[in-house]
Amino acid sequence: MKCVFVTVGTTSFDDLIARVSAHDTLQIFKSLGYNRLVLQIGRGKLVPEPFSTESFALDVYRYKDSLKEDLQKADLVISHAGAGSCLETLEKRKPLVVVVNEKLMNNHQLELAKQLHKDGHLFYCTCSTLPGLLQSMDLSTLKCFPPGQPEKFSAFLDKVVGLQ
Amino acid sequence: GGHTTEILRLLENLSNAYSPRHYIIADTDEMSAHKIHSFEQNRADTTTMLSEYYIHRIPRSREVQQSWLSTVLTTLYSMWLSFPLTHKVKPDLVLCNGPGTCVPICISALLLGILGIKKVIIVYVESICRVEHLSLSGKILFHLSDYFIVQWPALKEKYPKSVYLGRIV
Repeated sequence: MKCVFVTVGTTSFDDLIARVSAHDTLQIFKSLGYNRLVLQIGRGKLVPEPFSTESFALDVYRYKDSLKEDLQKADLVISHAGAGSCLETLEKRKPLVVVVNEKLMNNHQLELAKQLHKDGHLFYCTCSTLPGLLQSMDLSTLKCFPPGQPEKFSAFLDKVVGLQ
Repeated sequence: GGHTTEILRLLENLSNAYSPRHYIIADTDEMSAHKIHSFEQNRADTTTMLSEYYIHRIPRSREVQQSWLSTVLTTLYSMWLSFPLTHKVKPDLVLCNGPGTCVPICISALLLGILGIKKVIIVYVESICRVEHLSLSGKILFHLSDYFIVQWPALKEKYPKSVYLGRIV
């Protein structure tokens, strides 16, 4: 069972939801060996109809308390450029494709997605270039994302307040 | 959600000496209190000491995209409520990471020092989302904080007086 998980966090990103549930994209997923697509649609207005056949299943929901489980089960994650979504996915060592929402102006989260792409940790595209990317990308080229080091912060702060 | 998640990650590793903890959140924030309770509960379950913490709500100084003129007014209103709160708590340390809520609190903490009531250490950690440009709160508090921490080298280059420890969340 190979699963694709699409997440838009707490935002609304109908263009992405429409793109991934379009017939031609579903064909691409199937040709790549995926047989399950889970859509977390957040505040979006577009709600695709879930279905389940012998060869493919589509699930749809808005929110969950934690996306941990769906991230864990995913073989590929397609996400909006939210920092939380990106970091949580990379920490779980899942291949990540970030789709930029061109309708959002001055999206400050783009900086992080761009940097992580530059560092080789994720792929990056728009709704219209997603199908092309899915077919051409090589997930094995993605680099592992090292965890942050909060202990450096606590060591620093201990010195600042005089605990060390 | 983002700021809360980041600041709780920063707190994860701190020793029990950082107690009691006073969390300041925006009055319109519905999710953060829940996250804070979970965090503190988890902390109480895994350490031997009791978690002593409080959650306070103040009005947001500014909503995203709010106009500048009305921002001046809403910030003044937040200050009106932040100062008595900060004065009552008299913290040793203020730790923040950029939501608009933090600016009035930091200014209140500065005032406590200026008025000779208490010297408060102000530590600002810029969000991991900020790779090349500081947030608005960051630009304001860069000059007002005692320690300003950035998480990407490009920012350290632009702001040499900042502290760079690598990625800490």
